[in-house]
Amino acid sequence: MTPSEGARAGTGRELEMLDSLLALGGLVLLRDSVEWEGRSLLKALVKKSALCGEQVHILGCEVSEEEFREGFDSDINNRLVYHDFFRDPLNWSKTEEAFPGGPLGALRAMCKRTDPVPVTIALDSPSWLLLRLPCTTLCQALHAVSHQDSCPGDSSSVGKVTVLGLLHEELHGPGPVGALSSLAQTEVTLGGTMGQALAHILCRRPRQRPTDQTQWFSILPDFSLDLQEGPSVESQPYSDPHIPPVDPTTHLTFNLHLSKKEREARDSLILPFQFSSEKQQALLRPRPGQATSHIFYEPDAYDDLDQEDPDDDLDI
Amino acid sequence: MARRPGTGYLGVVVRRGSTRGLDWRLGPAESGLLGHLAYSQRLTVRSRTERNWLGPSPSWAPQADLFSPRSSHSGGKLTLLCDAKTDGSFLVHHFLSFYLKANCKVCFVALIQSFSHYSIVGQKLGVSLTMARERGQLVFLEGLKSAVDVVFQAQKEPHPLQFLREANAGNLKPLFEFVREALKPIDSGEARWTYPVLLVDDLSVLLSLGMGAVAVLDFIHYCRATVCWELKGNMVVLVHDSGDAEDEENDILLNGLSHQSHLILRAEGLATGFCRDVHGQLRILWRRPSQPTVHRDQSFTYQYKIQDKSVSFFAKGMSPAVL
Repeated sequence: MTPSEGARAGTGRELEMLDSLLALGGLVLLRDSVEWEGRSLLKALVKKSALCGEQVHILGCEVSEEEFREGFDSDINNRLVYHDFFRDPLNWSKTEEAFPGGPLGALRAMCKRTDPVPVTIALDSPSWLLLRLPCTTLCQALHAVSHQDSCPGDSSSVGKVTVLGLLHEELHGPGPVGALSSLAQTEVTLGGTMGQALAHILCRRPRQRPTDQTQWFSILPDFSLDLQEGPSVESQPYSDPHIPPVDPTTHLTFNLHLSKKEREARDSLILPFQFSSEKQQALLRPRPGQATSHIFYEPDAYDDLDQEDPDDDLDI
Repeated sequence: MARRPGTGYLGVVVRRGSTRGLDWRLGPAESGLLGHLAYSQRLTVRSRTERNWLGPSPSWAPQADLFSPRSSHSGGKLTLLCDAKTDGSFLVHHFLSFYLKANCKVCFVALIQSFSHYSIVGQKLGVSLTMARERGQLVFLEGLKSAVDVVFQAQKEPHPLQFLREANAGNLKPLFEFVREALKPIDSGEARWTYPVLLVDDLSVLLSLGMGAVAVLDFIHYCRATVCWELKGNMVVLVHDSGDAEDEENDILLNGLSHQSHLILRAEGLATGFCRDVHGQLRILWRRPSQPTVHRDQSFTYQYKIQDKSVSFFAKGMSPAVL
């Protein structure tokens, strides 16, 4: 059994998740956080791609090559092409060993390949690049790499390209994260609760509505996926059937309901500040038995009695 | 005492004849917690009944990596200390004296306090920084004194704190070269020291001195490549968490370092305020940036009280003052 057949003979559900993540191609963005790290899922996807016979390139900026290759068998390790940008990414040692142009140059160089073999590029991580490069530069490079196979013209013989990127969500603002996620065909956000990891998977298929699913999972030491049901939810506390439910509306000291007569009386009530025609008539009619009122005013000693109307000069 | 896979080795020291009648068989021993944390840094203790707060005796043996016994990669570890609303410098003092006692070559970039401060605290914890410096075990960069030198005196060669002189200092390369020079192995035949350790107290002050968060992250990246990967040593750095103060650069620095570190120790003040008997709580988060963990409960929280020569730890709500 070749390794690729062996991979396909695994449990159906496990393959579904990894397959669905790798099936669309393009950019697969893994968003992780400090508490729920995503590098193990990235390595699981890398292992899956390698077992399926694809050419796998790894642009490693954040961890050393030994640490990344740790946990893979030798046959998988032989299929991985590792570009090491961990040791001297900024060329401080001035030895020019590093790839000229750094990780971005290597990414751009992948655009120029012409062989028809499907290739997977694992970018570890776009966060590292995003902190040091303008967002637009990185987005343009990622778009160019991940959309090679959809370009018309003589590049139609180029095989499918899948770019796996591990993005650390807390390091960037919503703008850059949103820009990268809009470029992604598949987006996996990692979270979890109570010791169980959860993946929210958002797939954007062309000409279809984006699909959203969640999956509880855990990754085994050999970087294969183990799908799970999720943490058990505690059952709701049930009410005791022997105690009848109590009606809170009994024994009230106020009236919750109105009788018919009370309702009619309430509806016919005129509100004091509502100006109706009756009120107008009542005001216009002189009230019987009331003489005009007088106001008696005794001015104080310091009072300033000015007979002029201060509003006289207003030209209304 | 059974080892639970993937969670390190708790309960190393069992307290006998506890005055409070509590037996921490499966929890951290009262003063052995920080020693236990250091056990995860590949050191072991000779005798379990030694109630040595500061960990192992000088003769140590390299221990297999506790988290994945099958791993062949035995690189160094980065431990991130952060404090929020409290002072986490007791962790720095602990790690300094711990590594000196473990016969490691220590490079200490001390930007916050003077040498005499660390020396006085070190004496209480049982190490003499002066003697360690004299015999070459400790390379101490005293930030406060060097800053005055670099600003007021002309330097012939680049000084580690050269960025203080330059208006647009882009990077911390001179500081990294100082660290690399200090910890590079001397080919003098037999190895006197076990493995190198870099201690930085603290990184947030570099932000205040005008460096960008990315420049500090680059410095730590290069230190990690040299100290942890090339020289198989350990690193311990302290960063302050600004909490509500909304310091974006500090948040980038803290989150960026959290993603790179293997162990995060977070000292927090109590949510209810200052207390005389409980000085704060310590959250411990083990991370393996590239290894999957089968059991995910890798986070613990303990409350602590700092005493004159030690720190006592207890589970939440179990302070001796309230029991």
